[in-house]
Order: sequence, then structure tokens, then C-alpha cells
Amino acid sequence: MSIAIAFRAFFRAMVDRQFSDQARCLLSGEVPALPAAAGPASKPVAAPEPRVAAPPAQPRRSEAIELLAVLQREGRLVDFLTESIDGYSDAQIGAAVREVHRDCAGALERMLALRPLLEKSEGDRVEVSADAGALRYHLIGDVSGAGPHHGVLRHRGWRASKIELPRWSGDAAAANIIAPAEVEL
Amino acid sequence: MNSKKRSKPDSPARFAIGIDLGTTNCAIAYSPINPDPLAAPGEVRLLSVEQLVAPATTEARPLLASFMHLGSPRDAAAKALDLPWAADRDFAVGALAAKMAADAPTRTVAGAKSWLVNSRVDRHEPILPWNAPADVQKVSPVEASVRYLSHLAAAWARAFPDAPIEHQKVVLTVPASFDASARELTREAAIQAGLGEELILLEEPQASLYAWLADAGDRWRRTVKPGDTLLVCDVGGGTTDFTLIAVAEENGELALNRLAVGNHILVGGDNMDLALAVSLRESFAAKGINLDPWQSVALWHSARAAKETLLGLNPPEKHPVTVLGRGSKLIGAAISVDLDRQTTTKLLLEGFLPENAVTDGPQRPRASGFREIGLAYESDTAITRHLADFLMRHGPSSGTPAQPTYVLFNGGVFKASALRQRILDVMGHWFGPELAPKPLEGEPDLDFAVARGAAYYAGAKSGRGVRIRGGTARSYYVGIETAGPAIPGIARPLRALCVVPFGMEEGDEADVPAENVGVVVGEQTTFRFFSSPTRKNDKPGDVITSWSEPELSETDSIQTTLPTDETAEDDWFSVKFRSRITELGMLELFCESRTSDHRWKLEFSVRDDRPDGGGT
Repeated sequence: MSIAIAFRAFFRAMVDRQFSDQARCLLSGEVPALPAAAGPASKPVAAPEPRVAAPPAQPRRSEAIELLAVLQREGRLVDFLTESIDGYSDAQIGAAVREVHRDCAGALERMLALRPLLEKSEGDRVEVSADAGALRYHLIGDVSGAGPHHGVLRHRGWRASKIELPRWSGDAAAANIIAPAEVEL
Repeated sequence: MNSKKRSKPDSPARFAIGIDLGTTNCAIAYSPINPDPLAAPGEVRLLSVEQLVAPATTEARPLLASFMHLGSPRDAAAKALDLPWAADRDFAVGALAAKMAADAPTRTVAGAKSWLVNSRVDRHEPILPWNAPADVQKVSPVEASVRYLSHLAAAWARAFPDAPIEHQKVVLTVPASFDASARELTREAAIQAGLGEELILLEEPQASLYAWLADAGDRWRRTVKPGDTLLVCDVGGGTTDFTLIAVAEENGELALNRLAVGNHILVGGDNMDLALAVSLRESFAAKGINLDPWQSVALWHSARAAKETLLGLNPPEKHPVTVLGRGSKLIGAAISVDLDRQTTTKLLLEGFLPENAVTDGPQRPRASGFREIGLAYESDTAITRHLADFLMRHGPSSGTPAQPTYVLFNGGVFKASALRQRILDVMGHWFGPELAPKPLEGEPDLDFAVARGAAYYAGAKSGRGVRIRGGTARSYYVGIETAGPAIPGIARPLRALCVVPFGMEEGDEADVPAENVGVVVGEQTTFRFFSSPTRKNDKPGDVITSWSEPELSETDSIQTTLPTDETAEDDWFSVKFRSRITELGMLELFCESRTSDHRWKLEFSVRDDRPDGGGT
């Protein structure tokens, strides 16, 4: 297979100038520029992205507060974490968690769309190349040499695939308020 | 004198935009217009709509909830309802307003769209929120629609500042059951919101079929065949809408013709969630727990989630429903009950989709003499009985139901797949296993199909691509009083003169042959106006002398004022009627003089607040 491709590439590079340029790019590790495809007429035109209004240079309040405000508003997370759970049975806690879990998970998916860093199963053998950053891969156990390293995936890691926090426009005095006090009349 | 010159945009439209103005949620979708008319329509995308989700907090969401909260002076003072593009706001639409519907119901407008078809009230009058306290600045149903649409237009302007929406091809959807005056009001609201005079209205069930056609590509021609009938079954949050579409062959090509649309039925998914929430509240009460109003709303949301789980794919036997404590003590005050699948399924299926016979229509209660003017919520919540009634009315002959070959489901309710299956099963019982309707294959996009289909239609209308033909879904009649000696205390008998036949298409005009109708000059003349979704064979000029209530229903009256003519000898004109469906699908009616070439446009009398009541 590879030999066949090598021969075809050899002969075509001899006669086709454009192909020869692309092959040179490929050999030097660059992505070759493909000729503008005269696409079939049936291919739908891609819709342009809407212009996203530029976020204000300085957020008007800490994004940590903003995130907590959402998780409290939609999933009561702050109420849950600040309440002492010592006196409750597991069943009582479990019943409450179900609601908090569903609503907080929904909010996180909408704002951050968390995805595993590695789309592999935990327990799989993985290779960590020599130039893979220490912030992407945390190596555990007997680490020696420059790599590549081989090991077993213990945790897939997480990353936010987007960051779309709500925008807050309140005044400075309210900037640290996570949830307003509620008064029924 | 009657066709206004429309200002043409300087540059051709770059985008096809579809807007779904829903009873509970709105959505907006768009696609680029390919300058080459032979090319396939462009890719359709949804536009996220930035909206208030909490005081002074905005977020872009794919849906805009069709709720409006009328804020108090406190809100305005704190700038709590301001938007990036609008300062000093004293109202909010969208997610925050939907939440406020629970917290402050008397300051929140909900279901404004259903009010647009309520001809018992003047829809230009500030009447919403219905039963609001005196200090609330109420708004009219039309104004509420203007504000939802203005918000969508503002979201568009921020995303595409160099493509003004009024210069794009915009399609706005309306329920198929909307009559001519409700469509006119919707269009009026859209133009006020800045969507442009060239705006086209499209029926929602057709839009969801367009979305299916867009997804299916050329596959649809292999799926359906001439002679098939498609039923679009659209159950939204608050309304149910049925449409029948026939597949025919014209010049060797498959063609789609809209056959019939149903009445405006005010029952939907919210009723189901509410029914489940009420039964849950009884389970809590049996445990000695009484819920406060706030917890009841939380229960409503939990009921919706429970419905989708227990009636979805691979349902568990039991689904726990918990209502968290009201204050910051969440676990301690949490209460929960288990919902089991069988009782939930029975409650919802028997209550909303019972296995009735096809001849078994909705049960109408005897009308009492007095009735509150609110929305005409259905007293019979059985969607299958309304469906039976619809199919019986539109069958090939009296007493024979129409038999759809395929069903296309639309509306968030059908995320609970057991509900889809139930409707198919019930129709299977009606027509037998051989003729049981099948679902149109494909993954339905239940929340966004209408907006996406509308954008596809906006793009396909100028280029190639299949179109559903239909024309008017109703025939229309002007009420004419019978001439004859007056009898004190008895109204003169009324006859209905057909002015628009069923299925009259865009661009068509009809001259209504009729005996003379006299119209007094110099003062306002009002005609009663009727429509029928079922009388498909009446022609312009046909006169009906007796009818039953469901066959012909009265809608807003129409009126005009003929100018005084100094030279005329009489103080009245002998006129005849002429009707027209504009290229944009709007119904227009005229009075034409029999002696000169003057004609006067008749307007729906919902425009009470307009100083100029009639023609020119």
C-alpha cells in the first residue's frame, strides 16, 4: 500500500506542479493548501456565525460569584453546601441531591459544556508523548526519562468546551450578592 | 388607491429568517440566501437570544419565553430590567418573566397569543395581565406580541448589525387555526416591531413539515407517494393544532396540498403537567404536607421532568419527586413522594389521550347564560377526541373520517415518546392495523422545527424547493340582513354571503356576484363576518340561509366608511364585494361601486384605536 502510494506520488510530482508543491508541504509537516473546491451545487451554504458582542473589558463582578449565583438560582447549590448534613439520614440527603444534581448539571452543561479531556475509557492503555504538557497530563508513579510514556488512564480529566456565563449589569454595592433575600408580601 | 407602494430595500436580502412566535416560547432561525436561485437552500441555524434570566443578569438562550413581567418602580430604580441595548426598562420578556409568572402572577402577561384570537375582547385595549391590580400598567395582546418580536429583532440586530432585519426575507409563523383577523393582528404587531412590510405569515404545522422536508432532503420523494395524506399533530404548551396535507402528482412531480386545518384548541402540554402536579399535591396532602404556592410551582416543574422520564424511552418503574425546602434549609425541609409509572401513564393517557371511538368527538358542556370573558380553555381535555372530531369533519364524505397515512409530531409534549405512540395506537384502532398511520421517519426537532422550517421556507420561496400549496384554510362570509318588513323585537334574519372560497390562493382575486347591497355614505358601515373551516364547496356569491354554530363561526366584524359624494343624488351606494389574497397571504376585502370605478377597503373592526377606520 505505502509503496504503491510512494510510486504514484513520485510520478505525479514529476508532472503536476501543484501536487508537487503540496507534497513538499506534507513532507515538511505543514498542512498543504487545498485548491478551492468547486463544490457541488447541492452542498448547502454554511450559515455565518452571529457576531458575538464583545464582553466588557472588566467584568462588573467576579465570575466566581456569577457562577455561584447561577448554580444557586437554578440548582440551590449554595443552600445545599452551606447546610449542615450531620443530622440527616442518607435517604433524606439523597432525595434532596437528586433535585440539586439535575438542575446544577443542566446549568453546567449549558454554560461550560464540560467534556472529558481524553475521549478514552478509564483503564485503557495510553501513550503520553514527550512534548505533552504537564498541565494536560498528570503522571503518577515511577516517572523517569523524557518519554514518550506509557501507562493506564486513571482519570479522563475535564475541560470546559465553552464558557458562556451570564452577563451581570448591577451596581457595585450588589456585586457580591449571590442570591437576594426573598420577602413574601 | 388601495395598493400601497412598498419601499424596496437598497440591497437584496442576504438572509432568510424564520420566527416562531409561540404561545409559551419563541425561537428565531436563519439561513444565508444563495444568490444562485438553482442552488440548494443554505444551512439553517438557530440564533441565541440574549435575555434577562435574573434581575440585572442577561444570558443568551435558544428560546425566548413568551412571558412579559411588568416591573414595579423598584425594578426600574435598580436598573434590574435593563438590557445591553435598552436602558430604563420597566418590563422584561423571556426567562426572567417566565419565572416571575410564579412569583408575581398579577404583574405577568402569559399566553398573549391566545388572546389574539379571542374576539370577545378588543385586542388593542390594555387588558393584560387579565385581572391585574389597578396600579399595574396593563398592555394589549397586540402590544405584548410587539414586545416579544421587538426583542427578537434586537437580538438579530446585535448579531448581524450590517443586515437590517426589515431588508431580509422574514417568515413569521401563526397557528393554522388563526382566522383572518388574528393573522392581521399578528402581522400588524410584526410590522410595529420592525420586521418589515414584506413579512410573510406561514402556518406552524406547515413550518414543521418544511423542517422535516429540509432534513429529509430528496429522501422525502421516496418516503411518500401520491395519494398519501399527512397529519401534522402539533401539541404545544397551551394549544393543539391539526393539519392535513395531501400528496399529489402534478406534471410528474410530487406536490403537497394542504387539505384542512383544525379549530383553535386551548389544551396542551402545560395542562398535562398541571394535572400531574395536582395529583402529586394530593399525594403530599395525604402525607399531611400542604404545599405553599411557591412549592406548587416547583412541583409543576418537577411534574414536567417526571412526565418526560416516565413516558419516555426505557422508563423506570418509579420516579421520585422531591420538593426542596423553601428557605435556605434545603435538605431538612425537603419532601418527596414516589411517582410510579403505571399510575402516571394512566392519569395522562386516560385524561388527555383516551381510546375513544373515531365517531366520539369532544364533549361540549351546555353553555350557561353567563360566562367570564377570559380565554376559552377547552372543557374537554381529550386530545384524541378533538383529533377524531377533526378527522370526521374532513373525511371524504359525511360519516367517514379522513385517514392519514403518516403522522408528523411537533411540540415539546412529544419528548414523552409514549404520548406519540398512544396517538398512533388510537388511530390504529380506528383504521385497523393495515391502515394504521405511521410516523414520518427522522429525528423530530420538537422545540425548534417551526422556526427552522420557517427559515427554510423563507429561503426556498425564492429559489427551488418544494412548496406546500393550500390557500386559505377557511371560507369567509359577509352577513347580510334580509330585506323585509321589520318586526319589533326580532332581528332580521341573517344570510351569509360567501366572499372568499376555501383554498383561495395567494395573488387570486374574486369578484363576488351578488344582488345589490346598499351602503350609506358618510357614516361607518359594519358587516358581520363569518368563517368556516369545513364548507369547502361554497363559491363566491353563494348565499347560505341557515347554518349550525360549529359550521360557521363569527369572527371580528368588518367595516368601512364611504366618503360623502356631493354630486351623488342618493345618500347610499349600491355596492358589490371583491376579495383578494395578497402575495403575502393576507386577506383583503373591498366594496366596489356599481356605478363608478371607486372601491373601498373593508377593515377588521379590531382596530378600534385607529383614527382612520376605513378605506380612502
